[in-house]
Amino acid sequence: MDKGDGLDRGKKSKPSDQLKLTEAELKENITKVLNTHNPHAPQNIVRFNYKEGVYQRVSVDHTAILFEMESNIVYQDSEEGRRLMLKQGLIKGDVAASYNFNLLSKSTFLASLFFDLSQATPVEDGGEVEEAEEEDRPDSVASKADKKGVKLGNFFHFTDRATQTLNNPPRQINCQTAPPPRSIFSATANQWQIYDAYCEELQKQEKQKATLLKKETDKSKKGVLVTETQVLTDLTEVAKETKILERMVHQNTFDEIAQDFKYFEDPSDKFRGQEGTLLPLWTFQHEETRGLSVTALCWNSKYQDLFAVGMGSYDFCKQGRGMIVFYSLKNSSFPEYVFPTTSGVQCLDIHPQHFYLTVVGFYDGCVAVYNLKKKSLEPVCKGTPKTSLLTNPVWQVRWQNDDIDNNHNFFSVSADSRVVSWTLIKHELISTETIRLSVNGGLSNVPDDEQLVNISGGTSLDFHKQTDHLFLVGTEQGKIHKCSIHYSSKFLKTYNAHNSAVYTVKWNHFHPRVFISCSADWTVKIWDDTIKVPVFTFDLMSAIGDVAWAPYSSTIFAAVTIDGIVRVFDLSINKYEAICQQLVVAKKKTKLTHIEFNPVHPVIIVGDDQGLVSSFKLSPNLRKTPKVRSCKNH
Amino acid sequence: MAGTGEAKKEEADYKRLNSFPLIRHTDMPEEMRVETMELCVTACERFATNNESAAKMIKESMDKKFGSSWHVVIGEGFGFEVTHEVKNLLYMFFGGSLAVCVWKCS
Repeated sequence: MDKGDGLDRGKKSKPSDQLKLTEAELKENITKVLNTHNPHAPQNIVRFNYKEGVYQRVSVDHTAILFEMESNIVYQDSEEGRRLMLKQGLIKGDVAASYNFNLLSKSTFLASLFFDLSQATPVEDGGEVEEAEEEDRPDSVASKADKKGVKLGNFFHFTDRATQTLNNPPRQINCQTAPPPRSIFSATANQWQIYDAYCEELQKQEKQKATLLKKETDKSKKGVLVTETQVLTDLTEVAKETKILERMVHQNTFDEIAQDFKYFEDPSDKFRGQEGTLLPLWTFQHEETRGLSVTALCWNSKYQDLFAVGMGSYDFCKQGRGMIVFYSLKNSSFPEYVFPTTSGVQCLDIHPQHFYLTVVGFYDGCVAVYNLKKKSLEPVCKGTPKTSLLTNPVWQVRWQNDDIDNNHNFFSVSADSRVVSWTLIKHELISTETIRLSVNGGLSNVPDDEQLVNISGGTSLDFHKQTDHLFLVGTEQGKIHKCSIHYSSKFLKTYNAHNSAVYTVKWNHFHPRVFISCSADWTVKIWDDTIKVPVFTFDLMSAIGDVAWAPYSSTIFAAVTIDGIVRVFDLSINKYEAICQQLVVAKKKTKLTHIEFNPVHPVIIVGDDQGLVSSFKLSPNLRKTPKVRSCKNH
Repeated sequence: MAGTGEAKKEEADYKRLNSFPLIRHTDMPEEMRVETMELCVTACERFATNNESAAKMIKESMDKKFGSSWHVVIGEGFGFEVTHEVKNLLYMFFGGSLAVCVWKCS
């Protein structure tokens, strides 16, 4: 029977907003799963992976540690294990006593042992006690120990106490750097690529070196000069040795020529009859003499391998500097002495006794004396003509014997028609006019203005080999005057020699009366000074530069012409033709200007208008000395 | 035959004489470049016959000096395309016939 007390007992009340499900749905079993998935863990953390170079998802651990305690595992049969178990009441005291306790402080534990023994209960009771102990195991260890009077603790039995300090909550801060920038590079390494690269590099280096050298030479010229002077000062200490060395090198270089010079005798002369040849030996040229022509040649009497060359110009328009160059046969590549001069040199002469003195006549009318012993390039003294209105070149200078006071003196003839005697007194040149050349005769007291018409310039001068006071003067007009030093006003004799200027007069070395003259009318004439007409006349078909007697024969002389041919005549063999005609120059336009015989060696030197001096050896046919005839000499 | 043999010898001698290190391409800073070049020259001269040992020496030294990780290739004929960290590449010739490529990429 329902008791209606208003309470619906047994009926379940439903809230009004309950979800209404069907029966089938109600019966459905829904399982609830408990898993370890941590809903608070982030699911989309991304990190950059360097290995693969992409951003990758990082999976986060879903376990959360709630409690953590560190402890140790103790072996239960060890001493410590026993002790712990005893403390916790797992084993009885008497049982414990039966074990050997091996502890540090035996005394305290032995005391407890004794305690145990004294309080030991029989085994049966012990069982009950054990049970009882087991029941109140956790809490009653101490109480049981107290009951028995056994305190198992010792001074080394620690109890744990723990506190928890306040820990700051950890915070995570993350940072990610940008990866270092990368680039891609590709190339091929082949043998030919390597080779090409090296070749290019070498070329570049060579170019750089070339430009560097240019820059250095341009910029550091001063530096170079300094070093050069330093080198020079070092060399001057060994100057003599280097000179010998230079000559040795020269001899080695021109060994063949040296051999020829010394020993070669042309064997073909036997087959050539009367004719001879000139064997070319050394050529002497100096770079600074380019453009200058050889205007004078002279051998040194003491050092027979030394000769002087005067450089100037015969061209009236092109007058510039000049040079005096001394060469030695031992060194043809560089002169021994070089003296540059402001004016062109026209003539020079080396003193026969004082071999270091050289007198030079210039185009501008000055004369100068050079001393080879002194190291300066300046002349010892210089003399200027009295009238300096016109440039009257000094055509010939000749040394004379020293005068009474042992002063050197020399004579000069110049285009102002004067033969002047100069005396060297204590570094000064004092001139005295010896004779004035005029058309009619020597008149020295007539003033200049009136004499201009009548005078003719002197072009050559030569002193007699035996009689010192006699000399010959050749003039521009073609006359040759025989004069004496002592007679200053009158000529001893006059020869109407040539039609135009007399370039050279020279006395024969042996015959006291014979002299030779050559002139601009292309003829060479040989004279006996007693006869007014020439003994021999040679028309050479070409303008003559110079003529010279051979020092070893009275009948041999040589002439040079502007067509580059050297002609050697021997009057004892052939009175009409040259026994040797030879072209001695390489270029056809070169004009030969001077010729000189070496006093000792069978060598001639020939100068030309290019500044080149060539030396030749005379073949045996040209060197025949005439037989001494018992009859009178002509 | 003898002529060509001699010609080859002359070439080899020429290469050996002109065997200064020639840098072909690099983007390293000055000091690093000089040091690396000298290291490569030393290694190649020391291990003239064994490219692997030379490369090993270079790589280990570079790792120590400039950090990891370096890669070294030494040879006489090869082509390559590499990704390298900027300012950490050296490509040079040496000894007339050897090519050395050193780059860093971790």
